Amino acid sequence: MSNRLGRLAPAVGVVLALAACGESVDPRQDTDAGDTEGTGGGGGQVTLVMESWRNDDLAIWEDVILPAFHEEHPDIRVTFQPTAPDEYDAALDAKLSGGTAGDLITCRPFDVSLRLYEEGHLAPLTELAGMEAFGDVARAAWSTDDGSESFCVPMASVIHGFLYNVEIFDELGVTPPETEEQFHQLLDTIAADGTYAPLVMGTADQWEAATMGLQNIGPNYWNGEEGRQALIDGTERFDDEQYVAAFTELASWAEYLPDGYQSMTYPDSQNMFTLGRGAIFPAGSWEIALFNQQADFEMGAFAPPVPEGQDSCYISDHTDIGVGMNAATDHPEEARTFLEWTTTAEFADLYANALPGFFPMSDHEVEVDDPLAQEFLSWRDRCESTIRNSYQILSRGEPNLENQLWDLSAQVLNGTVEPQEAAVQAQAGLDRWYEPQQQ
Amino acid sequence: MTPLRTTGPPDGIGVEAATASGTAASAEPAAKPRRRFPTHLVVFIAPAAAIYTVFMVYPLLDSLRLSMFAPRDGLQTFVGLDNFVRLLTDDLLSDAFWNAVWNNLVFFAVHFVVQNPIGLLLAALLATPTLRGRGTYRTLLFLPTTLSVVIVGFIWQLIISPVWGFVDTPLLGQSSTALVTLALMSVWQYVGIPMILFYAVLISIPDELTEAATVDGAGAWTTFWRVKFPLILPTVGIVSVVTYVANMNAFDLIYTVKGALAGPDFASDIMGTLFFRTFFGFQLQQGSSTMGATVATMMFLLILAGVLLYFYGWQRRVESYQL
Repeated sequence: MSNRLGRLAPAVGVVLALAACGESVDPRQDTDAGDTEGTGGGGGQVTLVMESWRNDDLAIWEDVILPAFHEEHPDIRVTFQPTAPDEYDAALDAKLSGGTAGDLITCRPFDVSLRLYEEGHLAPLTELAGMEAFGDVARAAWSTDDGSESFCVPMASVIHGFLYNVEIFDELGVTPPETEEQFHQLLDTIAADGTYAPLVMGTADQWEAATMGLQNIGPNYWNGEEGRQALIDGTERFDDEQYVAAFTELASWAEYLPDGYQSMTYPDSQNMFTLGRGAIFPAGSWEIALFNQQADFEMGAFAPPVPEGQDSCYISDHTDIGVGMNAATDHPEEARTFLEWTTTAEFADLYANALPGFFPMSDHEVEVDDPLAQEFLSWRDRCESTIRNSYQILSRGEPNLENQLWDLSAQVLNGTVEPQEAAVQAQAGLDRWYEPQQQ
Repeated sequence: MTPLRTTGPPDGIGVEAATASGTAASAEPAAKPRRRFPTHLVVFIAPAAAIYTVFMVYPLLDSLRLSMFAPRDGLQTFVGLDNFVRLLTDDLLSDAFWNAVWNNLVFFAVHFVVQNPIGLLLAALLATPTLRGRGTYRTLLFLPTTLSVVIVGFIWQLIISPVWGFVDTPLLGQSSTALVTLALMSVWQYVGIPMILFYAVLISIPDELTEAATVDGAGAWTTFWRVKFPLILPTVGIVSVVTYVANMNAFDLIYTVKGALAGPDFASDIMGTLFFRTFFGFQLQQGSSTMGATVATMMFLLILAGVLLYFYGWQRRVESYQL
């Protein structure tokens, strides 16, 4: 028997080692627990819990942003409690209906939050002091359709574009492209060299293809806000030529993606790019903070290249994060105090610099130090801003446009659906339930 | 593992044994007058029954109830079987539903034809009398079963990743291969369960039987198929039905590896993931607890149908031998 146990020992050792690896993958839990122990409690202090999907930002909230708030308001403690991004909506829904959600709610833009407001889970904030610091465009994502009532304080937007590895560009003697033709020449040059993957993106998680692919380059085709509004009004259709053209351009990326991109996940692409194995990363500005940490090479950024013969450029400057108040909170006064603080210039400055790549939407003048973030921000001056076309109103029915675009964009890149067919399918989805498109 | 508990031959046997010994003890002194009410039975059954009712029966019945309601003007209103009619006739919903049912059956079929034969083979090899290091093999083969599905998914994803791993084909990224690849990952993890069940039966076969067969001139092959296999047959049935229940309820591996959208193009979408999306919603898709309950009820009915088929079509006919 003891002999047998002796033989078992290595196997058990392996299992323990594996188990240990499994746990150490997620260091956040430790930080979280440690912090609540250290700061929680205290006589007369009110603790507010903040729900969020930004688990990547945990350290920044706890080390930079919240301490600044705690200093001004020693009687209030805010703890940041993030959930994984793709589970956030479902988890938050369950927590809100079960009455266990935090006091402060990080708001997804448009319909997800609008529904929470209509169901009475989010408190109205139209009268909140400091809201006047935000323009209509910034507020639109967290207001009722007529714009009369607001329910979340706009916190940040993200801008789409392309990040590139400056060392690889120098090595191959190429420069960032302005037009689509130059973009394709550039990709061909990198592909011909063969050392690096020209474009780093995978389709396994689907949303990358839609968000960093279609919504990144698309606004140049459908003329930004103009096209987005036209889809909502029903004056343009998703199977019009500009949408087919956007899908066609997306499909042309397929030959420049790494081998086996069909099963590459988002973390795979992030790692591949930061390890220096690929040249260009179709990105959102939210990558900046993480990539600055992980990549040991210099990075640059360029805006989506414009199609031939087009003078004006359009960027996706997507209103992405807001923060609101749980209507059922036990501490509405304190929660309001925190929300008012998030409308200030101080918060905007802290946030923009702690999280380069998330751009404040208030009218305060904010200096961003990070050069990459500056580059992204500079496009606002020369290009027209728009938001992702599937977010407002068009994802209210079944099938919802956003999820459909994930599937279709991934399939266009995988080569299992033709661009023309993808546009037709997206339109068929809208035809099914969206009245202005049915006429 | 849960199905083992719910199908419950061990429990059943336990109860029967308790009954038998209980009645034997109390019946003997006063055999003829009316039997006393078997209070001890109630005492023994109550804890399990209470827990089972609170955590299994009640939620099940409540989800059946929920599937007959739908939100109307902000209130949940009774709509009878409307949800089921919609699920089966609405082109969007029914496409997704039948796609998930079909994928689920494929997922089960892969387990049935790969996991169980391999489990039987491994059990037969383990039961070979001359095998050395039996304990080590048994432990190693059973180990994956005890691993977290997240670890299994993560490790296999890396191994077969074209970027970091050994395989150039994006097995998990193609509609044609994704589902079968996932099923095989799950087979790798759970092959220990049928193996250990078959092994338990194999080692309980008395040596006299195999020796007699040898004396009669049967080789190892003939002995296995003519003597041992008929004795294993009842367990094959149990293992199959357990595999069926576990696979029709599967969710975790696919969610871990492919996410709730179970791509590419829903090629690996099974009822568990469809239920998750329907009930909780996904990204901008809004969840519907009532339609989710409807999908859950259909899952329940499909599993129930399979289990009934097994009990009436197989369990009653198969011969079991008293050893």
